[in-house]
Amino acid sequence: MLVRKATDLTYADITPKQVYLNRRKFLQAMGIVSATAVAGRRLLELAAPSQTAFAATKFSDLAKSPFSTAEKPNSLQDVTHYNNFYEFGTDKSDPAKNSQKFDTSNWVVSVEGDVAKPRKFSMDEILKLAPLEERIYRHRCVEAWSIVVPWIGFSFSNLVKLVEPTPKAQFVAFQSYYDSKQMPQGRWAGIEFPYVEGLRMDEAMNPLTLLCVGMYGESLPNQDGAPVRMVIPWKYGFKSIKSLVKIKFQSKMPPTTWNLAASNEYGFYSNVNPNVDHPRWSQASERRLGEIFKRKTLMFNGYGEQVASLYNGMDLKKYY
Amino acid sequence: MRALLTSKWTKVAVFFVCLIPLCALVWRAFHNGLGANPVEFIQLTTGDWTLRFLVFTLSVTPLRKLLHLPDLIRFRRMLGLFAFSYLCIHFLTYLVLDQSFDFAAIWKDIAKRPFITVGFLGFLLLLPLAITSTAGWIRRLGGKRWQKLHRAIYFAAVCGVIHYYWKVKSDVRMPLFYGALVGILLLWRLGDWFFKRRSASGAKLSPQHAPANPAP
Repeated sequence: MLVRKATDLTYADITPKQVYLNRRKFLQAMGIVSATAVAGRRLLELAAPSQTAFAATKFSDLAKSPFSTAEKPNSLQDVTHYNNFYEFGTDKSDPAKNSQKFDTSNWVVSVEGDVAKPRKFSMDEILKLAPLEERIYRHRCVEAWSIVVPWIGFSFSNLVKLVEPTPKAQFVAFQSYYDSKQMPQGRWAGIEFPYVEGLRMDEAMNPLTLLCVGMYGESLPNQDGAPVRMVIPWKYGFKSIKSLVKIKFQSKMPPTTWNLAASNEYGFYSNVNPNVDHPRWSQASERRLGEIFKRKTLMFNGYGEQVASLYNGMDLKKYY
Repeated sequence: MRALLTSKWTKVAVFFVCLIPLCALVWRAFHNGLGANPVEFIQLTTGDWTLRFLVFTLSVTPLRKLLHLPDLIRFRRMLGLFAFSYLCIHFLTYLVLDQSFDFAAIWKDIAKRPFITVGFLGFLLLLPLAITSTAGWIRRLGGKRWQKLHRAIYFAAVCGVIHYYWKVKSDVRMPLFYGALVGILLLWRLGDWFFKRRSASGAKLSPQHAPANPAP
């Protein structure tokens, strides 16, 4: 009898792609309360599943990272069907449905501002900028749920060094792609687009800060921020901006989308902090997807060893 | 129509129809259909159905009068009790799965967070209505007092809408939709009350215009 060792398994072995795709379509088709119109459209999908869905590039020879957690990653199914990507709709299941036709070809990331060498990067250039690593990070949403994801990318500092920021550069501003034609659901999100985020320069240079191009051994699915996004594991998930098109180095603290929407609820820093509650819910605990009961939330999402020194002397109750 | 509405079997059928959302939830639970965050899925679904059944319950009186179908009253108690039942599941998932029966934490949560406070208030308002929903309690309280007490559903529905509105992060379309429905149903009552008061005072002057069969 052939017994496969666990190390032989890849993410593809967790659940074959066709199986969970079919299961999802099946469940959708079985929705009992669906109006006939909705059911009809979904049945069409069932008959002809979009071929562009999951047209992923596989990455091989990924370097392992000392920053990876030993915790068990969530299933690809969970991470691709439970998303906050408000440009594609505000329901957790919306992005998986509405982002499938999102066109990410000819992607360009513009790097500008207080840098000696401003330039535009194509995706090919980004992929060759530094050796790709797999980083298994905890990811904690501000809504008190969390996941463990094997991201692929490299430290954002690699890109920073290449463009040579001037001494004036104290902050980095990030901007997401937005096109109301490709993202018609975005108009109901209740927040302004394009989505913007920002980091302090020392936060951006921290080796944990990841410029991310993939997950689970493949390029990023559209609903998870294709083709390139940021991942900042010690901050609430909304800081990890998706579908990145602009990076600007500047002297002033940049505005951030959720802070603009509700400044009393979402601060610029938004570090994971179990001691500072969201005004409307507690941040002391979180539900790891796949678990029933909640678990305690860790300060800086458990990355205090790497990042706590960035905030020495700061009152994190005030700078939430 | 009257025969249909007063048939025992119609009531049985409506009962089973009202159970469909719960059955769908159970079916999903056993077929891996609750998504990545099953607890949240159950909470959101039961919360939605609580609001829907509150709207159904509040629709009974306006529909009775507008459609001249007084027999619709036969379904009001059942609809209200279904609203309360879905609310109980909603509240229990919070007690057990979110807070693990940690009553100190629950009390702090209720006191500190307005969206929890107002949701809990809605539950407290509906609790005596569910208890006194029986014929025996109507007799014990007397029709007038019973009716007065059961107007608490107006406030409970408003609490439910506010609870939902304060819970969402930025997309307020669904809370506003329920808010509009509850608003229309309550405004209709206000209009009806106002109209009745005017016609009642008019009736004093000309008794022949008084309604032959005053609605309760």
